[in-house]
Amino acid sequence: MAESTLTTTEKVVKVEKEPLFGKTEKKLLLDPLGDTNPITIQVLGICSALAVTSLVYPSVVMAIAVVFVTGFSSLFTSLVRNKIPKQVRMIVQLVIIATLVTIVELTLKRYNYPIYKQLSVYIGLIITNCIVMGRLEAYSMANRPWRAFVDGIGNGVGYGVILIMVAVIREVFGKGTLFAGSPIQMNIIGASNDEMAYLINTAAESGFGSLFAGYTNNNLMVLPAAAMFIIGVFIWIQRSYRPTLVDVS
Amino acid sequence: MSTSYVIRFVMIMTAGVALTLALLSTSWKDQTKLNESIFNKRAILGAVSDYLSEDPKEMSDDKVVEIFGSKVQQIALDMSGNELEEADIKAAGYKGGQPEHIDMAKEKKKPEADRIFPLYVFNSDKGKSYILTVRGNGLWDEIWGNIALKEDLNTIAGAAFDHKGETPGLGAEIKDNPTFPSRFKGKKIFTEDGTYVSVDVKKTGGTAGNPYAVDGISGATVTADGVDEMLERGIKYYLPYLNKQAGAQKSKG
Repeated sequence: MAESTLTTTEKVVKVEKEPLFGKTEKKLLLDPLGDTNPITIQVLGICSALAVTSLVYPSVVMAIAVVFVTGFSSLFTSLVRNKIPKQVRMIVQLVIIATLVTIVELTLKRYNYPIYKQLSVYIGLIITNCIVMGRLEAYSMANRPWRAFVDGIGNGVGYGVILIMVAVIREVFGKGTLFAGSPIQMNIIGASNDEMAYLINTAAESGFGSLFAGYTNNNLMVLPAAAMFIIGVFIWIQRSYRPTLVDVS
Repeated sequence: MSTSYVIRFVMIMTAGVALTLALLSTSWKDQTKLNESIFNKRAILGAVSDYLSEDPKEMSDDKVVEIFGSKVQQIALDMSGNELEEADIKAAGYKGGQPEHIDMAKEKKKPEADRIFPLYVFNSDKGKSYILTVRGNGLWDEIWGNIALKEDLNTIAGAAFDHKGETPGLGAEIKDNPTFPSRFKGKKIFTEDGTYVSVDVKKTGGTAGNPYAVDGISGATVTADGVDEMLERGIKYYLPYLNKQAGAQKSKG
């Protein structure tokens, strides 16, 4: 009896391993810079955008903190997304966010105490920043870890870019300096005499010269209301360029 | 998902999170405490920036610690002007036992008679100065400051202020605008006949020739009034000790 040897030719089906940084990832990273910007289009995270942006240096620190928190909370949430009991879904998300924010606080306290003192309340408020929770609910709970991470980073960067742009306008016109309070402080416009606040570099030292020496600081720029106006203008400009976005949100 | 699963999940998550944060916090505690003390020392030196070769804000951490260690003598006082020992400071709740550990925010909550506070005697090449620490209320939250007196225990050598939540551009100017604290230089707290008057922060009226008043900040009336009150009350706490010192000085000279 001939044993029928069943030979199964295994056709090795090569599952195309998805590239680490393919089209989806690129979209996740770049869209929040424009079409799905957390602040100007999704209109989230406005509170900290108003409060922190009076100076550029704290805004940069804040932006980095939010990128870190949004990225890693998205990553961790996605990793456990199938294991979270639905009864405590939001609580678990909050715990993840709060833990990461606490890590940021501890790190700042350890490595840059003066900035920690300056930003103390605002860092804690990242927990309440709608962008973080928003991305967890909208993307991380339904997508794989790497993509969730990229999405978190993308949204954090989108937020950070707007934050820094607003801060540059507010600081230059409100105080005449850039990066005041940091090691790379520069004096941009305004008279360099003792009566002007925040001036530490003289015109000669700053290398920019004192442009428009007669400029008097615009005190409205120092108040959070100015950030609101500036963001409003950004929203206006963005939607003028892309009319398709006009009725979004 | 069963209830027991939910409970297990939550317990494991809580334990994991608590462990991570506790580990981080403990391993960084020493450096963080050091950072805090350097921050406070820098603020205190801010009151005597004229006596230093560098602006305290620009100084390196090591330099701040070095100057404070070598040139600053720390004394703790009570409301009657008595100098306190390390044991007294520890008894008041400060484990470190040094005057620099006294938390003015904590003291402010105690009844006035029970408060203790630090005094820093700065021995520079340009002369001795006495740095007082005061704390009060601004518009939104607390404000505090360090005032340095010259050797005559009357003329102000410098001042530095800080706040918790004053409005930027208005009340926050007490800290952000270097011209505000500099107005106090050269002002006096005692009149010619020895009456304590502190320094007023005035809203209107010129203060050019007046050694007992400085200009306020437009739009920041409540904060400026807060500074006025903070100085008047805060410096008064030190008077028993300062009068003792002045008496000793007179008997020496």
